[in-house]
Amino acid sequence: MAKITFITRDQQAITLEASSGSVMELAVQNSVSGIDGDCGGVCSCATCHVHVAPKDVSKIGAPSEIEQDMLELDDNANEYSRLCCQMEISEELDGIVLNVAH
Amino acid sequence: MSHTTAAQQTCIVIGASHGGVNVAFSLRKEGWKGRIILIDRDPNYPYHRPPLSKTYLLNERDPQKILLKPVPSYLEQDITLHLGVEVSQIDKEQHVVTLSDGSTLHYDKLVLALGARPIIPPIAGIDTASNLFAVRTLADIDGIRNTIKVIEKPRAVIIGGGYIGLETAASLTKIGVEVTVLEREDRLLARVTTPYMSEFFNTLHSQHGVAIHTGKNVTSINQENSTSWVQCSDGSQYSADVIIVGVGIKVNQELAQEAGLHVDNGIVVDTCARTSDEHIYAVGDCTYHHNPLYDRYVRLESVQNAVDQAKVVAAAITKKQPSYNAIPWFWSDQYDIKLQMVGLSAGHNTIITRHEPDASGHKFSVWYFLNERLLAVDTVNHAKAYVLATKIIKGAIKIDQNTLMDEQVDLTLEHLINANTDS
Ligand SMILES: Cc1cc2nc3c(=O)[nH]c(=O)nc-3n(C[C@H](O)[C@H](O)[C@H](O)COP(=O)(O)OP(=O)(O)OC[C@H]3O[C@@H](n4cnc5c(N)ncnc54)[C@H](O)[C@@H]3O)c2cc1C
Ligand code: FES
Repeated sequence: MAKITFITRDQQAITLEASSGSVMELAVQNSVSGIDGDCGGVCSCATCHVHVAPKDVSKIGAPSEIEQDMLELDDNANEYSRLCCQMEISEELDGIVLNVAH
Repeated sequence: MSHTTAAQQTCIVIGASHGGVNVAFSLRKEGWKGRIILIDRDPNYPYHRPPLSKTYLLNERDPQKILLKPVPSYLEQDITLHLGVEVSQIDKEQHVVTLSDGSTLHYDKLVLALGARPIIPPIAGIDTASNLFAVRTLADIDGIRNTIKVIEKPRAVIIGGGYIGLETAASLTKIGVEVTVLEREDRLLARVTTPYMSEFFNTLHSQHGVAIHTGKNVTSINQENSTSWVQCSDGSQYSADVIIVGVGIKVNQELAQEAGLHVDNGIVVDTCARTSDEHIYAVGDCTYHHNPLYDRYVRLESVQNAVDQAKVVAAAITKKQPSYNAIPWFWSDQYDIKLQMVGLSAGHNTIITRHEPDASGHKFSVWYFLNERLLAVDTVNHAKAYVLATKIIKGAIKIDQNTLMDEQVDLTLEHLINANTDS
């Protein structure tokens, strides 16, 4: 099980638990505002953009090349940006904090 | 006449897919206080369509995994879902819709998110073939799966070599089905892309063992026990355990037409997605709308268009003044190939194809220009080019075509623009 905290743009903190699936799926299943997941999780729409809390960056691998490129669609992207449909949930992610970008 | 308060008003949305569901949720986000009733003839909770021909067909995933919204969220957002029910009539004078069971519902605002249905071409025997499916609904995919599941080495014939036919071919091949694609035109994807791309996909599928036959006009389907024979006008025939039809779609516009709304290659809407009736809006695959960027009327079949128009409608109904000016984009996933497209290529007079050094040899982009102006780009495994093109088209940025053609020069906006100012 991993506990993942989403902080939405209106500063609501939502902590959710899961052991598998993608982080985007977890967010959508729990109606986390700002994570739309319009393409269904195939790295095509960039509507699942989050900023990883700096303290958690080491727990999360680097984005793939395509994810990195797709992030550039969004002016709001920075070094902590991820498309969370590309983040698989595992024990490693336990305790991470993600700021929803929109 | 008494006035209804905002909270007593009703918005009915017909069609609960990418368009309709996004209208309903966006309405709440925009502060609509009235009732929202979302109606669809499909009995399943609303789901994503793109995975149907891709991951869903491939991995037999749980339908729960492709839901557009979690089941409890409809209740939480106070959205009433009527599933498995069809709307049979709209009375725009009385503001009433009639359902297939004869009951009626009153609306203040009505949104048509009717989408489209697969074209079933007039082929002899097509109506009686028991193992024939389209690829549009969850039921279609379940039908395909249940048919091949009981056969040891199943053979599929796919009629139509467009995106949906090809994605289905890729998924079925991966799960061990022997696939034949029959395309009427002399190349795949003839309606939607260039000969270069057609050739690329032809080679890709052939390498994965799919038999591609172009220039094949299917004339009849004959059943022999559990095997079907798909026959073409040139006398050739192909045996199949399952037949899949993917020859395009027909807009579900009859309901609008019979109600007296303006219809022309789809339901005609203005910049805020309003139809010819001021209380009725339309979104998604069923609309014929003006694209300001290209200054022409288009009908698009994409998630992007359905979602973006839905947001526009929600804003319009809640009395903002939106204007639809999104840039069209689309994707298709086949094997390990990701195709991404942005813009509308129609009317181009120059094409530049650019390959990047890559181990797979499958990383390239096709750029469509009208003189100096970039109209559209198709990219294969090359999201960087896709993103760059999106920015160039959006900003109407002028770029240097010679630099673009030079595969030694890294693809960056700086390079493409700077060369431009130097010359
Ligand atoms: C297999 C497949 C793969 C695709 N892949 C991609 C892709 O990779 N990328 C992409 O961008 N797009 C893709 N698309 C296209 C995308 O799915 C459509 O553009 C999108 O679904 C359009 O949404 P919509 O709401 O406008 O219409 P639809 O999804 O067609 O929904 C319309 C709904 O209205 C309902 N309806 C119609 N009339 C009535 C009535 N009278 N009463 C009650 N209900 C009614 C229908 O049952 C249907 O559920 C794909 C489509 C398919 C089928
Ligand atoms: S859900 Fe579309 S990019 Fe992540």
